[in-house]
Amino acid sequence: MNLHEYQGKQLFAEYGLPVSEGIACDTAEEAVAAADKIGGTRWVVKAQVHAGGRGKAGGVKLVDNKDAIRDFANQWLGKQLVTFQTDEKGQPVSKILVETLTDIDQELYLGAVVDRASRRVVFMASTEGGVEIEKVAEETPEKIIKAEIDPMVGAQPYQGRELAFALGLKGDQIKQFVKIFLGLSQLFHDKDLALIEINPLVVTSEGNLHCLDAKLGADGNALYRQKQLEAMRDPSQEDEREAHAARFELNYVALEGNIGCMVNGAGLAMGTMDIIKLHGGQPANFLDVGGGATKERVAEAFKIILSDDSVKAVLVNIFGGIVRCDMIAEGIIGAVEEVGVKVPVVVRLEGNNAELGTKKLAESGLNIIAASSLTDAAEQVVAAAGGAQ
Amino acid sequence: MSVLINKDTKVICQGFTGAQGTFHSEQAIDYGTKMVGGVSPGKGGTQHLGLPVFNTVREAVKATGATASVIYVPAAFCKDAIIEAADSGIELVVCITEGIPTLDMLEVKEYVDRKGVVMIGPNCPGVITPGECKIGIMPGHIHKPGKVGIISRSGTLTYEAVKQTTDYGYGQSSCVGIGGDPIPGSSFIDMLALFEKDPATEAIVMIGEIGGTAEEEAAAYIKDHVTKPVVSYIAGVTAPAGKRMGHAGAIIAGGKGTAEDKFKALQDAGVKTVRSLADIGKALEEVTGW
Repeated sequence: MNLHEYQGKQLFAEYGLPVSEGIACDTAEEAVAAADKIGGTRWVVKAQVHAGGRGKAGGVKLVDNKDAIRDFANQWLGKQLVTFQTDEKGQPVSKILVETLTDIDQELYLGAVVDRASRRVVFMASTEGGVEIEKVAEETPEKIIKAEIDPMVGAQPYQGRELAFALGLKGDQIKQFVKIFLGLSQLFHDKDLALIEINPLVVTSEGNLHCLDAKLGADGNALYRQKQLEAMRDPSQEDEREAHAARFELNYVALEGNIGCMVNGAGLAMGTMDIIKLHGGQPANFLDVGGGATKERVAEAFKIILSDDSVKAVLVNIFGGIVRCDMIAEGIIGAVEEVGVKVPVVVRLEGNNAELGTKKLAESGLNIIAASSLTDAAEQVVAAAGGAQ
Repeated sequence: MSVLINKDTKVICQGFTGAQGTFHSEQAIDYGTKMVGGVSPGKGGTQHLGLPVFNTVREAVKATGATASVIYVPAAFCKDAIIEAADSGIELVVCITEGIPTLDMLEVKEYVDRKGVVMIGPNCPGVITPGECKIGIMPGHIHKPGKVGIISRSGTLTYEAVKQTTDYGYGQSSCVGIGGDPIPGSSFIDMLALFEKDPATEAIVMIGEIGGTAEEEAAAYIKDHVTKPVVSYIAGVTAPAGKRMGHAGAIIAGGKGTAEDKFKALQDAGVKTVRSLADIGKALEEVTGW
């Protein structure tokens, strides 16, 4: 789960990290009032969406008068912001962050992620702030300095000093950096985060370190014990169909193709998409119905798959391990009848009572094609959807 | 022979009296697994499925001599359960539960490593040595004692590989589901090393998926250390970047972890890769000459 910049900065402030004074606003009037409250003569206004690349897309602006703030808010509130990280529809803007303007001397990068290979939380710092860090990592990996956090003892001040000296910081900046480093590490662990990025972490014209941006991602598995973060969830930033599927304990991801997929198990669901592609078809979605494929869940899964108008055929691929395939077949028949599925449905059942299940499907009188094998299923569904492309 | 478990392995279950623990322990007993008891704090001294229930893992190990524990407790309590097992003389912990917070797993993995305890999972189907011992949620009847070792990040994909190796008549020496989480207790490499040493294993099937670099690391290991033929399939060629595909660990992030990168690394290491998961059995036939 991702957080908005203003939420991330709120957490930063709670952990004593230097952030700009700012107010997140729902209306143009609030934004103008926020500038009055913050004071000064120059501000930054930033559209709040879960995506990077906002600046280039016009979602961030430096302003020196209230009319410009009002115009910016009216331009974006209630609209979609399209950046290189969003899809073509973009992300809805429902809040504008108004902040004091910071004069910048130098832009740095500081981030932390869970690194799977080293099995550590790893901090990364770079003098190349303000640009895409993936690009820096690829083109000039030597410009990224790392510190691994031992899960048994946590971040140590010396690690912060090492990073600070490597970044070329001096004097009081070293102390400031160590404080930010230790604060971020504490925040990461206290809040079960998966990602923190401050890009850029700037040196102000007064020579102080300052967190100009905040990108935070939380571990979805830990939200049960992170009530503060759970309350920060913004469903408007998430895919509606995916969120709906999640409420029925279904894992769904929409894709571009025309063959709907319903599979038990995440790995097999990916494998099914791949075999469709291999036979010249295009999968319309990833969908894992989980271990217990009951009639209710299968019916809901059909509804979600068919809510995508481009679906021309559906492939149901079930490996009945513990569950019986004849029961799953009944579930599919019931769901197809209930939902009124109009497109051809190819079903491949394997495992417990697979033959009995296949027989039931064949005798149902519905538009269900029973496949004899995985390859046969892929070929049949590609043909049913209009042939290989 | 086999890896990790055999007919003599004594197994306890943590979360024994819960719905999952009960159902799958029954299945394991039916399969012939030497289940010797279970742990449910507060229910010590009672019997469940005809086996003794203990309050703590330490008591269970002392009374039964168990060396393996299978964990079905909810995700929020898994860190505690795994560390309890590691502290109580259990040598092999198999954690089936899905949804453990990643930061819990960072600590747990470090802890079990320091204790020298082998952990399989979490978010996995478990481990089976066909005809001898089944620890986990996999359907026992699709397996057949034999000569192929199977390692996989996915449950149902493991079953597909099992089914094919059974249908071809090869059977399995052991099958290990290492799980779909970003921080697993054991890696492909850990299991490759065991299968390479196991005399009963004549060929290895390794099933990976998008996300992370575990398959690339395994490829480098295979190149230098594995002499047995390896067949590999990677799921997720069609998966879009930045989207989590069901498993917590199945995500292409920052351009890293694509199926193509993994296929390439494995091919470069001399592994026979298959693009269709239906071709695993056929590929084994080709590389082994069976």
